[in-house]
Amino acid sequence: MPEVLMLDEPLSFWGGVDPATGRIVDRRHPQCRERVTGRVLVMPSGRGSSSSSTVLAECVRAGTAPAAILLRHADEILALGALVAEELYGRTLPVAVLPDEDYGELRTGDEVDPGCLG
Amino acid sequence: MAEGARVSVPTTLNVGSLDLLHPERYRGGPETRERAKRLMDAYVALGCRPTWTCAPYQLSARPELGEQIAWAESNAIVFANSVLGARTNRYGDFVDVAAAIVGRVPDTGLHRNEGRRGEIVFRLDGVPERLLADDVLYPVLGYLVGHEAGALVPVLVGLPVETGEDRLKALGAAAASSGSVALFHAVGVTPEASTLEDALHGLPPARTVEVTPALLRRARDSLTTTEDGRLGAVSLGTPHASVAELERIAALLGELPRPRVPVYVSTSRDVLARAPALPGVEVVVDTCTYVTPILGRLDGAVMTDSAKWAYYAPGNLGVEVVFGSLEECLRSAAAGGVRRVPELWADA
Repeated sequence: MPEVLMLDEPLSFWGGVDPATGRIVDRRHPQCRERVTGRVLVMPSGRGSSSSSTVLAECVRAGTAPAAILLRHADEILALGALVAEELYGRTLPVAVLPDEDYGELRTGDEVDPGCLG
Repeated sequence: MAEGARVSVPTTLNVGSLDLLHPERYRGGPETRERAKRLMDAYVALGCRPTWTCAPYQLSARPELGEQIAWAESNAIVFANSVLGARTNRYGDFVDVAAAIVGRVPDTGLHRNEGRRGEIVFRLDGVPERLLADDVLYPVLGYLVGHEAGALVPVLVGLPVETGEDRLKALGAAAASSGSVALFHAVGVTPEASTLEDALHGLPPARTVEVTPALLRRARDSLTTTEDGRLGAVSLGTPHASVAELERIAALLGELPRPRVPVYVSTSRDVLARAPALPGVEVVVDTCTYVTPILGRLDGAVMTDSAKWAYYAPGNLGVEVVFGSLEECLRSAAAGGVRRVPELWADA
């Protein structure tokens, strides 16, 4: 099962993730250099560019996307990127908003079944 | 497109990946260039206006207070909501053009009164007067506000009532980069905040932040990624420069020796047509220097007066950045290395 990558701060996919490698390239992000690929990405909210939907969809196409994205606050731009990728490439990337108590329990390395989010 | 789709409402276009007026500026491969051109042509074929700007609010026809719109581009979204008082959610790529075609969006979020309530207050009592009167404060303040606010709607208390659109543009663009700010209120300045109580819709804020000189200095310093004083280029005009900003650049250039490193200024073709001549500067239109390969090989960092450029360029281009005021950027370009104006932050 995929492992959680817990981000200390929100991440903008545009300008923040390299879709060719799945690595975080936002130099000011606390988890810069980590790979999001195949992991359950957990962060408080979305951030930054409205082109993040394109970069997330491109990650799905390139096979570098996270296994799922879990948020504390809804983010339309990330949800949109996942929806478009599903339409274009037939691959599902669950994006879900967690209640505070569940969010607070997650730690990097925890195993989560994204199937139960789909 | 094959079925003849057309936009059903007036639709402006954000930057593409090419400067169509100066195609020789593009340093990428032919295949990427061809695809970028196809994408730009496809938007025009849908009936969009080829404005190619991230600052559509600098065009002559712009949305009015209370007008319902659907905009993408994080800096344009925050400007439209905050400064114009028009109403848009953060629309991402794909849904923006879908909204233009169908002419409708869901009636949620920032389209509704209750979604526009200020939630986190920033008090500027501790910010020195001289800094409030200088352009350099606004991108730094925006960066700080976005970082602290995240997805909440910020309310700024203490901005000078005469704060102009270029400063609000810089503030919003930075806040929409370091956070996901789509709307801010500035009491006495922006149209939905004649008083603090109005901005908060009469409810208490989630939190209040006292903006101190120490917080501002920390935000300013985090915009610079290198202390090495070598300079490869200067990049201005993110978001796209206004006519007033180009006039200021032209005036400063007139006082300084000719730049020893390339100086790039991004703007729209519409603004360029109304702008003064900028000798010694590479003016880029229809795109921006951090979305596409335009900068040449660099022997040193890129200096910018834009917090947004400073934020994204290291990830997008792999460059080191130095943030400074416009004057510091142009003095540095003339000197061929990073130069500071120490008086700027002397009171802070």
